[in-house]
Formats: sequence, C-alpha cells, structure tokens
Amino acid sequence: MRSRHAAAERAAAGGLLRERFPILGRSVNGRPLVYLDSAATTQKPEAVIAAEAAYYRTSNANVHRGLHTLGDEATRLYEGCRSAVAGWLAVAPAQVSIQRSATAAINLVARGWDHHLKDGDAILVTEMEHHANFVPWQMLAARRKLELRVLPVTDGGELDLARLDDLLDGRVKIVAIGHVSNVLGTVNPVAEICGRARDVGALTLVDAAQSVGHRPLAFADTGADLLVFSAHKCYGPMGLGFLVGRPEVLAELEPLEGGGEMIEWVRLEGTTWAEVPHRFEAGTPNVAAAAAFPAAIALLEELGLADVRAHEQELTGYALEKLAALDGLVIFGPGDPARRGGLVSFHDPQVHPHDLSTILDQLGIAVRAGHHCAQPLHRRLGVVATTRASFGVYTARDEIDALVAGILEARKVFAP
Amino acid sequence: MSLGPIDDLYREVILDHHRHPRGRQPLADPDVTAEGRNPSCGDEVTLQLNFDGDRISAVGVDARGCAISTSSGSMLADLIEGMTVAEAEKVADAFRGILHGGELPADLDLGDLEALQGVQKFPVRVKCAILPWVTMLDAIIAHKQGRAPRPVSTEGVNASGAPMDVNVKERDA
Repeated sequence: MRSRHAAAERAAAGGLLRERFPILGRSVNGRPLVYLDSAATTQKPEAVIAAEAAYYRTSNANVHRGLHTLGDEATRLYEGCRSAVAGWLAVAPAQVSIQRSATAAINLVARGWDHHLKDGDAILVTEMEHHANFVPWQMLAARRKLELRVLPVTDGGELDLARLDDLLDGRVKIVAIGHVSNVLGTVNPVAEICGRARDVGALTLVDAAQSVGHRPLAFADTGADLLVFSAHKCYGPMGLGFLVGRPEVLAELEPLEGGGEMIEWVRLEGTTWAEVPHRFEAGTPNVAAAAAFPAAIALLEELGLADVRAHEQELTGYALEKLAALDGLVIFGPGDPARRGGLVSFHDPQVHPHDLSTILDQLGIAVRAGHHCAQPLHRRLGVVATTRASFGVYTARDEIDALVAGILEARKVFAP
Repeated sequence: MSLGPIDDLYREVILDHHRHPRGRQPLADPDVTAEGRNPSCGDEVTLQLNFDGDRISAVGVDARGCAISTSSGSMLADLIEGMTVAEAEKVADAFRGILHGGELPADLDLGDLEALQGVQKFPVRVKCAILPWVTMLDAIIAHKQGRAPRPVSTEGVNASGAPMDVNVKERDA
C-alpha cells in the first residue's frame, strides 16, 4: 500500500500518460489548457482517435449483414468491443448490449419492464441521481401509475440508508441508483442496497457512468441485475454506451426499438426477436465508436485500474485540502477522498458559478458550472448551481493549483 | 495577472449593479408579472410592470443568477421606467444588436447598459445578459394581447436555427 501511495503521489504531481492525449497540448485563450471537466467527458487518447479513423479508412461496412470481407471485418470489430467490455467487467459477451449511451440503456430498461409492473407498484431512486437515472423512471411512473419513491441525501452528502427500511418494501419493483454521484462524488454502497432490493424482489439497476474505468470494477461487485455506463466518460468515443445484465434478467427485458438487426424472422403476421443482446440493438449501430473503445480499455489496463483509482483519490484529497483553505468556500459531499470519486463540487458565495467559469476559462481552465443534470440534488443542497472540478488520469496536481489561483483571481474581480 | 477581456466584461459599473440591484422592490399591484428562466444554467428573473397608458410607469426586477444577468436586470429597471412601450422595445432591440456584435447606436442613450457591450466577446454569456430583456418583451406582448405571460428562456435555438433570444416576438406571430 505504501508503495502504491508513493506511486500515486508521484503520478498526481505530473498526471498519467498526458502525452497520449493530443488535446492537452492545445492552448485556450492564450494559456495552456487545464481540463478539469472529465466527469462531463474525458479526453481521448491518440489510440482511440486513431482506431476510430482507421475503422472508416480501412474497414467501414455495415455489421452482421454483408457477406464480404469488409462486412466481416466491421462485424469482428463491433463484436470485439462487446467481448472487450465483457472481459473487462467479468461477464459473458451475451450479457453486454451495445447502446448509443448510458441514457439510452436506462430508457430501454424503463420501457422494457412493463409486463412485470402493475398499478400501485413503486420505483425507488435516490435524490442524488443524474437526470438520466431519474427522468426515465419519473416518466415510467407517470405512464404506468406507479409511485416514485426517492431515497434522500443526508447533510453530509451521503444516501440516508436509515430511510431504506421505510422506503423499500414489497411494492417496490425497481431500484435504480447511481454508483458514484456526478455532483457530490459520493461512492454509494450499491452492493448493499441491491442486496436488500433483491430481498424484496425488486429489479436493480446501477448507473455506473462515473465509476466504470475509474476504479477496479466487476459487474458482480455491484450486486445489480443491470448496469449501465458510457464509453465517453472513460476515455472512449462519444455515441457509445452499454447495458450489462444478468442473463435471466436480460431475457425478460422487452426490446424498445424495432427494426433491422434485432429480429429473427419477420413475417406479415408477426416477428420473432433475435437472441439477447442483439434484440436490443435495432438499426445500424455506431460501429466506429465500438471499434475504438477497446483502445481506451487497453490504456486503462496498461495503467491498472487500482492505480487509476489511487491517482484520482490522491488528486481529490489534494483538491479538497486546497479548496477547503479558501475562506468561505462551501464544498459538497463526503470529506474523506476514499469515499469519493474524482471530482469536487463547490459553491463560492463571493462569485456565482457562471462568472467563475468565465474567468477560469480566460485562464485556460475548463470547469463545469451549473446544475450538472441533477436539479433535485441542487435543490436539496440549497443552491441553483455549483462549480465542479473533475479529474482524469492525465490530471496533474499543478492543475489544481491553477484552479485555486484562478478562484482567487475571480474573487479579486468581485471583491467589494 | 491581467485577465484581458475579463476586465472589459466585469466593469465596475456592472459589479455595482450586481451588488446593489435597482428596482428589486416588488410592485404592490403589478399589471403584469413575467418569469424568465435559463434552465441549463439556472438564471432566473421575475419582472413586473405597471402601465400608464402607453407608458411604463413602474418596474420591479428580481434577477437571481450570475453578475451578468443580475446587472442587466438592474439596468433594465433603471432605464425603462418612464419610457413608452415603443421606446423600451427599441432599447431591447438595440441591446440585442450590441450583444451580437453590433456597434452602440448613435441616436440612443443606453446609459449604464452600454457597459455590457463587453459581453459580445463572450458568446456563451449572451443568454445571461438578454434574459431580463426577453422577459420584458414577453411581458409587454402579454399585456398588449391581454394574455398571461409565459415563462421564457433564452437557451436553445428556434425553428430557423437562430438563438432563442432573437425571436420572442416571432413566437407570438
């Protein structure tokens, strides 16, 4: 552990494999880019960019169709992505459905479980969910006259597990929770919650958009029936997300979209569906993105996810320490970096998040300002908007120093 | 450290309006109350108007958000009270033109509002500056048409692909 800690400290000072990320060489407003918005989307390594371009240059064809060489290559690349993700999360390839985003995957589940639901059933979500894991359930509840229950967040920014007994009873048929909060950074005890949900017979879905690729994680670790994540938040291309599930659960899920690729036989009288997971993949998918994503997985495997996690934790601890030293700054979420993902959201009573973001941008520093697609959580926190700094493998400690210096500059502008 | 265009953006007169917003007092009996909201960034403004014939006789503006939106709302309250509706609309049009890169009009005194010219170098902030004015335009249209104001936003684009702030009037056409 000590040597890992020492290694993480060295890595935090300089960032990991920065030279592999071409965009980090550019400047913004005349300053070197300081990219602290990795929770919105991570930057892409050269290997991913090259793989996506190479697909179009050399192998472009539609998948599972043409009986020609290019069609075969495209299909191998597409299915190779499925296998790579399956190996990464320690499941079988048939347990991985390739979707266009994590949001699309959640919507698929929210539309595909109807035959297991009846009036008066309940869905349990949490107050810290990203809108992607809140609105689809709210829509389902409205459509099917279900009760939407919300597990509250404590003042310390963690789920109020003491309320779980009240909220999780036999009427709850679906439990949907985020693994790592995109605002608070809180790492939720998903395995415990999923276990208790299973005891009452509820389907469980974990939104792992902020955790896959940021810490060692096997599907089984989450205890969930279903898990979703997106490639672009872990160094992969945009337009690619995944639904991972237990085989017996995926077999029960109805497809959302009809079309090509998802069918077995189509007759005028009716259609039978292709096997799982292809029945969830109607239409031409983003084959180029799928062809490129394994390069992102390879980079993370090269670093080792334990070291990736140690690096993010080290940076988060450093950021918490430096930001806490700024007089009056309010930091949200747990104080212990071991209980957080690689991000810190804060509110500066002296400078509104938009004004801060504009001033930081002039210094070449990219942060997120706003509600981060989590309006119910911001209401709970009592603020309309926060500023969020989030970290990736390439983030270096001096970039956090630049952030702190930038906040002080902004305060100078707004000083009475 | 020089912040370059930032010094143009956050000029002292803007910061003064932000710290001490004018017209914050709600009207006791407003003829119209309109709400503007930019959902993605969270800026909000509640704008109240009283009319005396064709003239705007009283203005209440409660802007909650960044310095650009709050100062713009404060300047609006300062500027349009006592103007005719046509004059207020002309100011809104001129201000919009400036935010989108135009010159200050020679025939119109925009007062403190001229200080917000610096926003034109920050396209992502135009929606903050224009929000109180679009809200005002909707309040005026609603008053003329005798309908309730509808919440307005200056985010997104309209059917022709122009930014929303350009076309609150067209919405009613």
